[in-house]
Amino acid sequence: MREIIKMIVVLTVLSSFSGGLLAAIRGGTKDKIETQQLLFVKGPAIRSILEGCSNDPIVDRFKIKDGDIERSFFVGIFDGKANAVAFEGTGKGFGGNIGLMVGVSLDNDNIIDIGVTTHSETPGIGSKAKTDPRFSNQFKGLAAVEPCKVKPDGGEIDSISGATVTSRGVCGGVSNAAEIYKRLKPQIAEKIKEFN
Amino acid sequence: MAKSITQEFVKGLWDEIPPFRLVLGLCPTLAVTKSVENGLGMGVAVIFVLVCSNILVSLLRNIIPSKVRIACFIVIIATFVIVVELLMQAYTYALFLKLGIFIPLIVVNCILLGRAEAFAYKNGVIPSIADGFGIGVGFTLSLVSIGALREVFGNGTFFGMSVFGQSFQPFTFMVEAPGAFVCLGLMLSMMNLAGNK
Repeated sequence: MREIIKMIVVLTVLSSFSGGLLAAIRGGTKDKIETQQLLFVKGPAIRSILEGCSNDPIVDRFKIKDGDIERSFFVGIFDGKANAVAFEGTGKGFGGNIGLMVGVSLDNDNIIDIGVTTHSETPGIGSKAKTDPRFSNQFKGLAAVEPCKVKPDGGEIDSISGATVTSRGVCGGVSNAAEIYKRLKPQIAEKIKEFN
Repeated sequence: MAKSITQEFVKGLWDEIPPFRLVLGLCPTLAVTKSVENGLGMGVAVIFVLVCSNILVSLLRNIIPSKVRIACFIVIIATFVIVVELLMQAYTYALFLKLGIFIPLIVVNCILLGRAEAFAYKNGVIPSIADGFGIGVGFTLSLVSIGALREVFGNGTFFGMSVFGQSFQPFTFMVEAPGAFVCLGLMLSMMNLAGNK
């Protein structure tokens, strides 16, 4: 009996000690890890969208509560004025969700550029949404307050050949981002003033 | 204890060098040694976990009941592995992306459990540190040398720097999985040859 109690006590103490240690370290490294993930996963897309801005959009970011989730917005400063934001929308692709970074200019509500961050589309076919600029360039200059569609659905985006579902997914992501933008625009305009 | 601290350390570098002499921990050895950098990163992670877990196991060796010792070792090792994982994510994210799943898999690396069971559970703190550090450094040396061979021949580079120049046709076989087995086998046979003289 005594032996069993000793085993239970030792294992319990050891486990709770290690749990506490891990919680402490996780708390200490959380911000750092988030920054690293932004830098390596979303960083390239954000930088190419807000190309030519005078600040570091990954450092200059803010969060807005949208229902249950918190969305991150990355600020781009052009000509000394903070007038562009990049944020993420999602669309339904062929192999799952497509994460889409969309940059919007606050001056005229037009899309600056888009970039795919995370996807699980077919390599070489659907993955062109991320790698082929001819496809993503079509979104440049579109109004960010309207949903966007591919040509077969009555829109004006040429889909990637052989990857209609992916192209639809990207359009869905852009539409989703447009919705978010429309909904949160007052808050975005409010928050971005801090960066001027 | 007949052996000195230095002997405990040095044995890990040749006499009991993993994975060649112990032939434990082959999974990460074969999988991550595509380049010198990956091998070094993995080795350093293993040194850290091995030294820390050896210290803790030898400190607690009189408290841990022998019936649940394996469970206790696993808890201790897993804790330090997650510490390494979090630190790598925070400070060397690029390396973390390359090593990926093999960092959490250090938990089930037999070298760590082996050292805890065979050495740290029976010896004091200071010899345990020496043993852990020796074995860890030995493992790192092995990973780096396998990684160097595979990177130099398979990719024509060393630490990302070109060795042979433009005209070199890479021997791609070496950086793929079968190349890892062949490379490990050849190095093991060379070591046996050298040891048998």
